[in-house]
Amino acid sequence: MKLKLHVWRQKDRQSTGRMVAYDAPNVNPEMSFLEMLDVVNEDLTGKGEDPIAFDHDCREGICGSCSMVINGVPHGPSKGTTVCQLHMRHFTDGQDVHIEPWRAKAFPVLQDLVVDRSAFDRIIQAGGFISVNSGSAQDANNLPVAKADADHSMDAAACIGCGACVAACKNSAAMLFAAAKISHLGLLPQGQPERRRRAINMVKQMDLEGFGNCSNQYECEAVCPKEISVGFIARMNRDYLSSSIFSKETGSTSKSED
Amino acid sequence: MGWLRQTTDSSIGGKLIVAVTGLAMVGFVVAHLSGNLLVFGGPQAVNSYAEGLRKLGALLWVARIGLLVMATLHIVFAIKLNLANRAARPQAYAVKTYRRASFASRSMLLTGLALLGYILFHLAHFTFRATSPELAALGEYDVYQMIVLSFQQPLIAGLYIVSMFLLGLHLSHGVSSLFQTLGFNHPKYRNLVGSIGPFLGVLLALGFSSIPAAVLFGLLK
Amino acid sequence: MNLDAKIPAGPIADKWTNHKFDMKLVNPANKRKYTVIVVGTGLAGGAAAATLAELGYNVLNFCFQDSPRRAHSIAAQGGINAAKNYQGDGDSVHRLFYDTVKGGDFRSREANVHRLAEVSVNIIDQCVAQGVPFAREYGGLLANRSFGGAQVSRTFYARGQTGQQLLLGAYQALERQVGAGTVKMFARSEMLDLVVENGRAAGIVVRDLVTGAITTHAAHAVVMATGGYGNVFYLSTNAKGSNVSATFRAYKRGAGFANPCFTQIHPTCIPVSGDYQSKLTLMSESLRNDGRVWAPKKQGDKRPPRDIPEVERDYYLERKYPSYGNLAPRDIASRAAKEACDDGRGVGESGRGVYLDFAAAIERQGKDVIEQRYGNLFQMYDKITAENPYEMPMRIYPAVHYTMGGLWVDYNLQSNIPGLFVLGEANFSDHGANRLGASALMQGLADGYFIIPYTLGNYLAGISRDPVKADGDAFKSTKSDVEVRIGKLLGSKGKRTVDSFHKELGLIMWEKCGMARNKAGLTEALRKIPELREEFWQNVRVLGDKDNLNQSLEKAGRVADFLEFGEILCADALTREESCGGHFREEYQDQGEAKRDDEHFAHAAVWEYQGEGKAPKRHTEALTFDEVHLATRSYK
Repeated sequence: MKLKLHVWRQKDRQSTGRMVAYDAPNVNPEMSFLEMLDVVNEDLTGKGEDPIAFDHDCREGICGSCSMVINGVPHGPSKGTTVCQLHMRHFTDGQDVHIEPWRAKAFPVLQDLVVDRSAFDRIIQAGGFISVNSGSAQDANNLPVAKADADHSMDAAACIGCGACVAACKNSAAMLFAAAKISHLGLLPQGQPERRRRAINMVKQMDLEGFGNCSNQYECEAVCPKEISVGFIARMNRDYLSSSIFSKETGSTSKSED
Repeated sequence: MGWLRQTTDSSIGGKLIVAVTGLAMVGFVVAHLSGNLLVFGGPQAVNSYAEGLRKLGALLWVARIGLLVMATLHIVFAIKLNLANRAARPQAYAVKTYRRASFASRSMLLTGLALLGYILFHLAHFTFRATSPELAALGEYDVYQMIVLSFQQPLIAGLYIVSMFLLGLHLSHGVSSLFQTLGFNHPKYRNLVGSIGPFLGVLLALGFSSIPAAVLFGLLK
Repeated sequence: MNLDAKIPAGPIADKWTNHKFDMKLVNPANKRKYTVIVVGTGLAGGAAAATLAELGYNVLNFCFQDSPRRAHSIAAQGGINAAKNYQGDGDSVHRLFYDTVKGGDFRSREANVHRLAEVSVNIIDQCVAQGVPFAREYGGLLANRSFGGAQVSRTFYARGQTGQQLLLGAYQALERQVGAGTVKMFARSEMLDLVVENGRAAGIVVRDLVTGAITTHAAHAVVMATGGYGNVFYLSTNAKGSNVSATFRAYKRGAGFANPCFTQIHPTCIPVSGDYQSKLTLMSESLRNDGRVWAPKKQGDKRPPRDIPEVERDYYLERKYPSYGNLAPRDIASRAAKEACDDGRGVGESGRGVYLDFAAAIERQGKDVIEQRYGNLFQMYDKITAENPYEMPMRIYPAVHYTMGGLWVDYNLQSNIPGLFVLGEANFSDHGANRLGASALMQGLADGYFIIPYTLGNYLAGISRDPVKADGDAFKSTKSDVEVRIGKLLGSKGKRTVDSFHKELGLIMWEKCGMARNKAGLTEALRKIPELREEFWQNVRVLGDKDNLNQSLEKAGRVADFLEFGEILCADALTREESCGGHFREEYQDQGEAKRDDEHFAHAAVWEYQGEGKAPKRHTEALTFDEVHLATRSYK
């Protein structure tokens, strides 16, 4: 089948970009979306035009690298799927396909469809961990964890940090990402000692990075390739508010973005 | 008090204030409607209710100031959050498709601002009676006549009905949403909570609109 | 080349304990005076960087991905082994050690493997403490499952994404140190060369993948945890970015490359669907716990699988290996699949596939149980193939997955270049000629959390604490080499794309040096690869410029290295005239079973670079087996 692509092209961080149209004449329905772009890029290179830059790595839906908005939806039309596992059988011959990068102030475009997501790393640095040095742990089975809690924690831990939640949110909010980490650790007994501090510090860093606020529209959950529940955002709100208002924890002084 | 500043400056703290003030105003709106519906009990019922309210004296002022503070905080924080939200996406998408967001949730700012405009008019009209000499001439507690005279004008009645439906739309998202903001979202109650907003929104819109409708249809005169 | 493995004396079970005591320590106040470079942020690199920083060293950590959390360890699905014996089914450190040596077909170093088995138990403790949400039983204790090559249940798992959960544990520990300022993180930064100064690893040359800036970084020691080289085959289960460049550059600076021909072909991957295919997707080995592998008995049987009656199906693993059945080790299961397909009994469009069938398991245990165990894997299969594995058996075929070969290291994980340490898949040490399932995660974390923190300290305690500088001649000349090479890649102005060369190389490697190898094929590959490399440098087209993000340039550099490395891999396969583990030479077999030649090949082959255009030199490190006696591996 044939497709008409409209792709955001931007030379570098400083340049202004624009949408450019390309034909994708030989699309096999069994291809993945990224393989379709590979073929387009081979053609472009043959013609002496710069290929379209996009982040990708594992191509099996777990590394969280791939990041593009397809016809207005992060990761495209299939539910619970990353772009790398989106197959062309979900498109129809002659369709117009608009491909844009994640758009958020906190995710500046580096080139074409490639954005800088280091803000997520800084949110984790602010508290997305359990402080336990290597070698200091007790025997793993000394700490039973109810299966339901472990499973619930795992539901949150499934986040691959791709940033689709930010891309989908009309406010470019990172609530689902932050909530997933706060809940993953907060649901486990190991995560309790730092639970309050974690919530305060991670939210503070998230705000500093320039992400927007939550309007409870749940677009994030709708596009999340791991289908992480917005219930975790409620949980984060609860953790944050109770920590801020009722505990002695004030959080650490924030680190500025370098 | 650093913690208070830190909390209210934060994204989640800001939402908390919008949610809590919104909840307080929902309480007011429900009470207001209950009072208004006394109009169906005839002039005596509604007028004596109004008189009773006025005679609360200092307590009335506490309520009024409280309401004013709630409304101001609600508006100020909603606008502040909204500006931050706009700043968070400097470059818009060429194509944007919504998967889940309801129409109500996407129009909160518009419905909110429209309601603010209407409330100002509403206060000028019914509370200060500054919009027409006819109302200004009525007795202090003759609320019944004021209602009937006003809503006999289709323009006033129409504006009121439209505004009450905007209120319903605003609350249909706002009320369900405030549970999430306050941290209550449990799979067992998710559907229930999700339907409280729309249910309350429709109920209030219909309740309020019943009065001008009744006047227009000549049931109240 | 000095290949002294420095194995500590004493009984095998005491070696590591004694060695830990014998090694020198660095006083806490002095630790921050040492700068350590860690390249890579996967399980080995991330764990090492975090742990070294916790200890107080000043760590510089590099990864080419946009975030350290995306290193390819993340894609491991099935699980991680540990000799906890929580199931009380007869497991022990010794048994894990034994299984691993035997599984590796007697081509690994006993002392290393024993240490790996010892620390495996600490890994689980550490990960649980970090908040890794392992699967649990209703009683709250950890759950286990079985994996290939073992008759005990010792595999810990977190749904089908154990790799991601373990990596997030290491990543979180790493980010904690980045936040504390003890690790300086360089993401989107690719190591392009190793700097060797006065015979010691002194630093690295790095390209900032966003700005294109080439920078040099100096350190007291360099730790490389840069993964495997499976992408030399183009199609593999590796991430697209996985490459040999870092280890190959180190090789060209004098580090020995050991056993490159030991590559693992994973038996359960989704078959190739067309020539646009960019990578292969693994279906976790854990599926073989409940899935039964079969092919039709009749050649060219094109009936839908459900229409083939039971008696006309060949459950070949159960038939050939009754005691391990569907849980035979990877190399054996892969070869058996190839054999069935070569015999004309393959399924699917291409005829390169066999069935992995869950019908019996679903009938026995119910769909719910199977869904709970493998739901996400089934979903992934469905997404890719548009076939529902609850109703139709999966079609699977072997694919390149892991590489046991890597830079040669001694017991301390130090290469033959002093100050260069190599961890995880990038080194050669622990898996011999075949890696058992769920052991890669174990090795990566063992190296990073529990071994390098000791052995690196021992090295550092013996060298000067003076601050290091990246301004010596060695730094300047290495940096200039890198710049010249980039200039050459961009300047060639040819006609063919980088990918077209990579695909062609991959095809040569897969056909001549894949699941089965022979002298004629390897000789042919050794003729074709240099020709292709020649053409590459003449005719490759790399667009864009060097001072900007340039993905074509990144790929070109990696493929250029694969084009050289592929030759060494084939040369190693040609000179190893025996079959063992993943290395199967058709000339050396016993009715389809690998036939080892312990008399001549019970050694690690280590390749030494001899200069441009010269054949590399082959050295050997003899392997002795005192604990696990050399025997023909049998899973029958």
